Amino acid sequence: MASEATGAEQGAEGGSLVFHPMDQFIVKPLFGGDTVAWYTPTNVTLWMALAVVAVIALLVLGTSKRGIVPSRSQSVAELAYGFVYKMVEDVTGKDGIKYFPYIMTLFMFIVCSNFLGLIPASFTTTSHIAVTSIMGFGVFFAVTILGFVKNGSAFLGLFWVSSAPLALRPILAIIELISYFVRPVSHSIRLAGNMMAGHAVLKVFAGFAQVTAIAPIAILSVTAIYGLELLVAFIQAYVFTILTCVYLKDALHPSH
Amino acid sequence: MATETTAGGHVEPVYQEVAGMCTDSNGGAIGMPQLCFDWFPNQIFWLVVTLVVIFLVLSRVALPRISAILAERQGTITNDLAAAEDLKAKATEAEEAYNKALADARTEAQAIVAKARAEIQADLDVAIEKADAEIAARSAESEKAIAEIRAGALENVKIVATDTAAEIVTALGGQADADAIQTAVASQMKG
Amino acid sequence: MEGDIAQLGQFIGAGLAAIGSGAAAIGVGHVAGNFLAGALRNPSAAASQTATLFIGIAFAEALGIFSFLVALLLMFAV
Repeated sequence: MASEATGAEQGAEGGSLVFHPMDQFIVKPLFGGDTVAWYTPTNVTLWMALAVVAVIALLVLGTSKRGIVPSRSQSVAELAYGFVYKMVEDVTGKDGIKYFPYIMTLFMFIVCSNFLGLIPASFTTTSHIAVTSIMGFGVFFAVTILGFVKNGSAFLGLFWVSSAPLALRPILAIIELISYFVRPVSHSIRLAGNMMAGHAVLKVFAGFAQVTAIAPIAILSVTAIYGLELLVAFIQAYVFTILTCVYLKDALHPSH
Repeated sequence: MATETTAGGHVEPVYQEVAGMCTDSNGGAIGMPQLCFDWFPNQIFWLVVTLVVIFLVLSRVALPRISAILAERQGTITNDLAAAEDLKAKATEAEEAYNKALADARTEAQAIVAKARAEIQADLDVAIEKADAEIAARSAESEKAIAEIRAGALENVKIVATDTAAEIVTALGGQADADAIQTAVASQMKG
Repeated sequence: MEGDIAQLGQFIGAGLAAIGSGAAAIGVGHVAGNFLAGALRNPSAAASQTATLFIGIAFAEALGIFSFLVALLLMFAV
């Protein structure tokens, strides 16, 4: 049944339309073989390695001249640095600056993976829930542990809204608690869902191009959606990073 | 599935070796590949490796380098601004000195002019005084000469009148009495 | 035949879940529109609030993504 749904083959007017919107997310071993063990080099490995290469090319090779007057790649690297640095400083305050390298790591990985995933026939690592949930839960646990280490039991004040009337506080505490534990789920699903949705929609519209009559519209739509996806690729990296900063701020300053 | 695909007339690449839980015999996805738990360990492992590598690269090389570049640029800009401030102060100073020199020169020039004017005035006064004195002397002399001439003229007129009167009296056949004539002339001249 | 009825239910459910994406689109538009209205009233304060805008959009969008995910699960994974 599930396989029938995957094929999604329907008799259309000019023949049969074939959609395989989910095939682009398949993990394949790079060097043949049929088992995907935890150490197998797969297309995940390849595209993550390319993300590392992109980060190194931008932030290390681009700045190798250390020019007072920056070259083009160096000014892009400085722009990325200043962007994330200012975000961390604005949202978490001065005492969050020491966590800047971790947040910069997340941002650079996500933004490079998102953009690499937009290359046709590529593999989008950030569209996988396994990947984003590791980052989301990693942020969640790191921030929670940090909150308890920094503030002790005062961290629980995050859930006890002292500005609300006393009768409402237990109810608010339950709501805050639920929303706190939903955080890693929404944090990771948001990124993976956006990436997956955009790429699946691209594939579906590309599938419509099989019908000659609507092919020009389909190709135009693919182009437009591709532009939207470029925007989304950056916005989602930004949102993931700034939410990380917000959670970090909650851990460092739990009082409302 | 496979038979349907061939019946539809589409040629699909057939991966013989891929027959895991999450792909069908054609290499297509069964369900969502995101939910294939067979692949999770692989993705998580490589993700952790990637993040560690990026973190090491960033924290060891990239971020210190970029912050050093930014600090250096900030330092250069600050230095340049300070140098510009210095130069501006110097320029202001130079302008002030120039203005002061100009004002000094002007006052000096005015002093020189005033002095020259005073000297000229003094010279002029002396010259005028001298001229006045000379004029006064000359006019006094002239008046004296005129008075002498006038006195001489009166004397001559008296002599001529006396002589003329004596001649007229003689011509009329009378005897000229010198004393009478003189008295008459004197009384006539007194008017 | 009972498989077909189950599939029918799946697809209907997926379609209903996709309505949630449209609702999230309304929510995102509401956030952005209100931000723009506020920004036009007080443009000097707008620049400092763009982070808040994106956080609000992200929260509104997350719920739409959840409904989209439910639709995908119904389509492909159930």
